[in-house]
Amino acid sequence: MCLAIPGKVAEIQDNEGVRTGRVLFGGIARQACLDFVPEVRVGDYVMVHVGFAISVVDKEQAESTYALLESMGVLGEELGLGTEGTKSS
Amino acid sequence: MKYLDEYRDAKIARGLAAEIRRRSTRPWVLMEICGGQTHTLMRYGIDELLGNSVELVHGPGCPVCVTPLEMIDRANALARRPEVTLVSYGDMLRVPGSETDLFHIKAEGGDVRIVYSPTDAVELARKAPERQVVFFAVGFETTAPAHAMAVLQAERLGLTNFSLLVSHVLVPPAIRMLLQSPRNRVQGFIAPGHVCTVVGVGDYEELCREFHVPIVVGGFEPVDLLDAIRMLVCQLEEGRAEVENSYARSVQYAGNRAAQDAVERVFEVTDRKWRGLGEIGASGLRLKAKYAAFDAERLFGLAGVRAEEPSECISAEVLLGHRKPTDCPAFGTRCTPERPLGAPMVSTEGACAAYHQYRRHLVTL
Amino acid sequence: MQRITNTGVISLPSDSVNDESSNAPVGFSCPLPLPAGGRVLLGHGSGGKLSAELLQQVFLPALGNPVLDRLEDQAVVSLNGVRLAMTTDSFVVKPLFFKGGDIGSLAVHGTINDLAMGAAKPLWMSVAFILEEGLEFDVLRRVVASMQAAANGAGVQIITGDTKVVERGSADGMFINTTGVGLVREGISLSASQAQPGDAILVSGMLGDHGIAILAEREGLKFETEVQSDSAALHELVDTLLAATHEVRCLRDPTRGGLSSTLNEIAGSSKVGMELDEATMPVREEVRGACEMLGLDPLYVANEGKLVAVVSADAAARALGALRSHPLGKDAQIIGRVTKEHPRMVVMRTVFGTTRIVDMLAGDQLPRIC
Repeated sequence: MCLAIPGKVAEIQDNEGVRTGRVLFGGIARQACLDFVPEVRVGDYVMVHVGFAISVVDKEQAESTYALLESMGVLGEELGLGTEGTKSS
Repeated sequence: MKYLDEYRDAKIARGLAAEIRRRSTRPWVLMEICGGQTHTLMRYGIDELLGNSVELVHGPGCPVCVTPLEMIDRANALARRPEVTLVSYGDMLRVPGSETDLFHIKAEGGDVRIVYSPTDAVELARKAPERQVVFFAVGFETTAPAHAMAVLQAERLGLTNFSLLVSHVLVPPAIRMLLQSPRNRVQGFIAPGHVCTVVGVGDYEELCREFHVPIVVGGFEPVDLLDAIRMLVCQLEEGRAEVENSYARSVQYAGNRAAQDAVERVFEVTDRKWRGLGEIGASGLRLKAKYAAFDAERLFGLAGVRAEEPSECISAEVLLGHRKPTDCPAFGTRCTPERPLGAPMVSTEGACAAYHQYRRHLVTL
Repeated sequence: MQRITNTGVISLPSDSVNDESSNAPVGFSCPLPLPAGGRVLLGHGSGGKLSAELLQQVFLPALGNPVLDRLEDQAVVSLNGVRLAMTTDSFVVKPLFFKGGDIGSLAVHGTINDLAMGAAKPLWMSVAFILEEGLEFDVLRRVVASMQAAANGAGVQIITGDTKVVERGSADGMFINTTGVGLVREGISLSASQAQPGDAILVSGMLGDHGIAILAEREGLKFETEVQSDSAALHELVDTLLAATHEVRCLRDPTRGGLSSTLNEIAGSSKVGMELDEATMPVREEVRGACEMLGLDPLYVANEGKLVAVVSADAAARALGALRSHPLGKDAQIIGRVTKEHPRMVVMRTVFGTTRIVDMLAGDQLPRIC
């Protein structure tokens, strides 16, 4: 029920007073209502839930967090712990 | 797919799991609240990856599971009326009411339709002015803004044949109830990332202050959940109890004001019954009197439809994290997705359904 | 000991309950009554567990016989030393026309494939139309032309037919029923009950195309690159495979219910387990995107131009090469192995190295897909 997935805003339109966007999800285009994200611009990514964008994905946050996550991945491998834990002990 | 695939990276996942196992000195009991998060944990076998470093229990964050029996009965009653088109999200169709469910009513000839968005329901009403279109508005705080917009859209279009059957619940009161229970074992929470995208983090700060329990706002992809678990374990190991946000790419502290405004315009807080848990004060939403024309309960006089809720139910035990689905003697035998005994087995996000679909081999192993 | 009382309350003695905080018996009730059985639901047609139940509870008790009871995609009978395969199928797909095909070509391909999965050369078909009053002749002409093209392309003759018309509102345009007859190849016998531990499991190409193409048509999903139904006749692909190796245990086309239903059926029939590798599953990018968006799993989405092959371990490489050498099998993959562990259960090693079950769905989220 809380299924929301990220999509890229390709176009912004006015649909009878409601701000909608053509959003791309990995090769599919769907209309989504953009009324909750007035600051969104073409090229931004949004989280879409039941046809409504509920947030604009924060690029900088995502990048900095991801850099940390990637270093975890590398660290895990270096410590040789990556291959354990595929069975419950 | 950007912002999705990279959060399913196996190397990062294994690295996070290794870090969790390294830091954890005992099996901390952690609860993820949202059904979508439960689904991900089961589908990727995160419990297997973490071994004994944490114990994952699953929370009541499945709006389908907690929709009260009488609300299902009311939806069923509406769907049986010849002039009504009952519109719903797919998950609600197989939830059993006192006697039957929407899927069976559809088979008997009831006009029941599935939509992916409430906007589709409004469109349906617009295109079929001779039908009374009732939308079964079930959800948590994440979905309330969309439902509010549907009402506002219908109002703007001057529709007189569109209404909502509202069964909205709010997460924090249920968590409070859980934390107040003397049987509570949960030591840390993963807060629901999409609920928080809408409402912000404030409610969870209150809970954290009141109960001194660590809470981390988490996303829905396996790497997001593992990162949230890692942050919880760090807090617990260090004796901290704070609210942290590991889903900052979507969640801001204040949430989404425009979405909150829409909800405040159309809905107000009310007491609500949760299936299996009983009535929880100020835990739900209902339409304001101003929007009575869009309130199916008022329009169709459904207040008389009541259902007997038992005082105890294994579903409650599962929803509150006291038991696992696999602890239930009926799990997988008398209670299966095709013949469910309880709501958590019906909903695709219910803990029992998730266990049954992905991990029931744990029962026999 | 458990007792189920008249009111459906199940009580357990205290020592059997894993609850340290209480010494009293923990009585719990699951008061939700079992759904009143007795009516056909859409889920009964989706090729999953409900369909299987319908067979076990209604059809087999009444109609069962040694041939029917084998429940293969085609029935094989012997006449004067010649083995014939026969199959029947109905097509109720909605909408009638979609990217990559229509109800007519689907009917021909689907029938041919059921025969081909039994290593039978498809020869003749019957076709019976149930037409809705008010259907336009042009629509009917298009469908029939499509059937003829599909039949010609496959070297199959439609030799007999029937037409019925029903009142407006009773058939959604048209329904098509077919019967196919073919000649089973000498020296080979395929069956879902023949899978053995150690066997390799192969799939001939990308999963989920057909189901998503239909859904796209119905839901108005707009793709940047269109997803076409993969509807195709597979008998030549099967010939290519069988020419390379005879160590094929079983062939199935994963239509309704998707790959998961097919694999679960084979595992159940052969009483073996299966272990799949998530990393090897071939799925088109656009199909993956659609599934993400709609909360669907490609393993459960229908295919109409793919086959699953269970072959001996030794023959796996040869089988893969043979499939890939044919245009309809160019994306073939080895996706797992048959095992003696966890019989009747299909599990999958996730990309994280953990295991999850690949279950058979109760019903189908995409009705009227074929």
